[in-house]
Amino acid sequence: MSLLRSLSGRILATVVSLLGMSAAHADWQLNLPPGVTEISRRIYDLHMLVLWVCVVIGVLVFGVMIYAMVAFRKKDGVKPATWDHSTTAEIIWTVIPVMVLVALAIPAARTLVFIEDTRGAQMNIKITGYQWKWNYEYLDEGVSFFSSLARTSNVARQKDSGIDPASVENYLLEVDRPLVLPAGVKIRYLLTSNDVNHAWWVLDFGIKRDAIPGYINEGWFQVDEPGVYRGQCAELCGKDHGFMPIVVEVLPKAEFDAWLAAQQADAAPAVAATASAAVNGPQ
Amino acid sequence: MSATTEHAHDHDHDHGPARGLMRWITTTNHKDIGTMYLVFALTMLFVGGLMALIVRAELFQPGIQFVNPAFFNQMTTTHALVMLFGMIMPAFAGFANWMIPMMIGAPDMALPRLNNWSFWLLPFAATMLLSTLFMPGGGPAAGWTMYPPLSLQGGDSFPFTIFAVHLLGISSIMASINIIVTILNMRAPGMTLLKMPLFVWTWLITAYLLIGVMPVLAGGVTMLLTDQFFGTSFFQAAGGGDPVLFQHIFWFFGHPEVYIIILPAFGIVSHIIPTFSRKPLFGHESMVFATASIGFLSFIVWAHHMFTVGMPLAGTLFFMMSTMLIAVPTGVKIFNWTATMWRGSISFETPMLFAVGFLFMFSIGGFSGLMMALAPVDFQYHDTYFIVAHFHYVMVPGALFAALGGAYYWLPKWTGHMYDEKLGKVHFWLSTIFVNLLFFPQHFLGLAGMPRRIPDYATQFADWNMWSSVGAFGFGFSQLLFVYIVIKCVRGGEKASAKVWDRPFGLEWTVPSPAPYHTFEKAPEIK
Repeated sequence: MSLLRSLSGRILATVVSLLGMSAAHADWQLNLPPGVTEISRRIYDLHMLVLWVCVVIGVLVFGVMIYAMVAFRKKDGVKPATWDHSTTAEIIWTVIPVMVLVALAIPAARTLVFIEDTRGAQMNIKITGYQWKWNYEYLDEGVSFFSSLARTSNVARQKDSGIDPASVENYLLEVDRPLVLPAGVKIRYLLTSNDVNHAWWVLDFGIKRDAIPGYINEGWFQVDEPGVYRGQCAELCGKDHGFMPIVVEVLPKAEFDAWLAAQQADAAPAVAATASAAVNGPQ
Repeated sequence: MSATTEHAHDHDHDHGPARGLMRWITTTNHKDIGTMYLVFALTMLFVGGLMALIVRAELFQPGIQFVNPAFFNQMTTTHALVMLFGMIMPAFAGFANWMIPMMIGAPDMALPRLNNWSFWLLPFAATMLLSTLFMPGGGPAAGWTMYPPLSLQGGDSFPFTIFAVHLLGISSIMASINIIVTILNMRAPGMTLLKMPLFVWTWLITAYLLIGVMPVLAGGVTMLLTDQFFGTSFFQAAGGGDPVLFQHIFWFFGHPEVYIIILPAFGIVSHIIPTFSRKPLFGHESMVFATASIGFLSFIVWAHHMFTVGMPLAGTLFFMMSTMLIAVPTGVKIFNWTATMWRGSISFETPMLFAVGFLFMFSIGGFSGLMMALAPVDFQYHDTYFIVAHFHYVMVPGALFAALGGAYYWLPKWTGHMYDEKLGKVHFWLSTIFVNLLFFPQHFLGLAGMPRRIPDYATQFADWNMWSSVGAFGFGFSQLLFVYIVIKCVRGGEKASAKVWDRPFGLEWTVPSPAPYHTFEKAPEIK
């Protein structure tokens, strides 16, 4: 009983606080964002195309249904027709959907081929999933590090932490060490895992691919606009699945080169640290 | 058989059931078994629903308030297993047991003792599954898909979950064999296959799907078991195995499973709409062919659940296009139902409301399904709340609404009393409003980037999650009204006539209401 009371008290308190702070995170986003890569923009266009096709079909079909339900009511004394068959109608509503599907399949196949084409990549990074952090390895540059949930979020997300998530900047979407990449460079990523399945997903890049132990998946993306982009693991990977964010900081080429040089300067100790972290990592 | 029938006729009264608990334990009567399936399914609806409410309570606002993430994962996992194997499949099996013999003019199922077994495995399997929540390490927490390697990290619950799945599968296979044999052998003289009612047809195809895929699931989970306990490496990369192999096996079962759940719903709706439109079902034969095509296609599209595992381009293209094709027969069904209503004489009793609700909201789920079929955009939708919204639209205002509609439709036939029409309508409207509040915002959450199966989320997802949780509690509590309506109807109410409705089609309306314990001891003649 007291459990019930405390529960209802909490819900009430929650409602009250939500009403108060709704401005703090009022974000009634409705649609897929177009993103910042050529891949994500093409996906967005395809998404809008199929969405509109569905909306048009929906309006037509629901319109007919609603008309039928309004116009042919028993209480208005309508006498039911007795026909129950029309081969012509059935052929029409088989053939037209097939044509619509063909019209959708062509741009979809084109987009797919574009996404899968990793040729001409100028840089290779290897991403390895661990429970519950990411390892980023710059394959040709000799730099490698782990990236996990930022301390601020990690403290706030504990049960009964007493910290209001709205007061934490980028709650659950902040890491201790972001992946840093140059703008305007075609980057090929290799993706694997060291324990269970994970999935590396950055919405703004249009990239989501599974990290599977024993497999190396590949893909590519190119970000032209410098900025900070955020994502999350998208495959159930255990109790901390929800706390495995991805942050990618895209820098102008010159700034990136400076950053890389600084990393390489402390490469020797960093490699040793990484090696020991890899041993202790997946627990 | 004929001797007992004559014996019953000698006494010239209905040979009623035995009294007491043993009636239910030992019964071989299809109506008793149908009732038990339905009561079991309704119970599991509330068990699984309670778990969903725990999930939605936790997601009501950002931050972790009520449960820790490990328990959250157990709740999502067992919610799914309970709702699929404990609620929706047994509910349709209950309808099958009650209605198939009555629709084809048979006195009972072909294998009545097997029928008793099919049912009685369920409570034990469900108890076994639920008992895992009290074991060290808790219940299964790797998602209902049980993907390794994560599922191999399960605690004591792991083998129990798999044995429970085995038992549930055995139950389904036995029920399917029974249904197929009944339909193929016990139809009344003159009832050719193409004259069979749609509900019977959908169940015939469903039963074949079940027999086709349940052993595949059993094989897959048994391989998990041997990986864990007997040193095999089917799915462990370190031993030369392949984690993706499990996903292929699982979804070879899992995709037809989706249609196992929805085809009987199609069948029920195909009875309700003609009755309340007072016009025969449009395109009976094309409905049958569409159902069969969906059944066939369901076997060749499984990998669309796995577009992100990194398949070869040709494979992705094949699974994308074959998946898109399913829209064609599904569309035919929707158009046929619409054509059934066209120029009919429509009235909106509760079963019709649920059927029309099904038509609209299942279509919404169908549209999002078509969107997901396109592999490039599915890269964005996959494993987000967009997917959660999609499959819940298909299963809740889809399959569950059809089941509720069917329950209202046949309740007077089962009990002999009319249910409370006014309350039934209230139940429909409450369910419809809340179910949309519950699931529609989840489309937005998914598109905005919220992954599924997370116990806590970034603050920009807070608003829609709050509404979704409000919808969940509203929907959950609305279903208590259904229990009240059913109990009220069982206990009394306006007497129902044999035909119950204005212009129902089918043999089940030729027997009195309530349907006597034995029906069609003499097969009716179909012209």
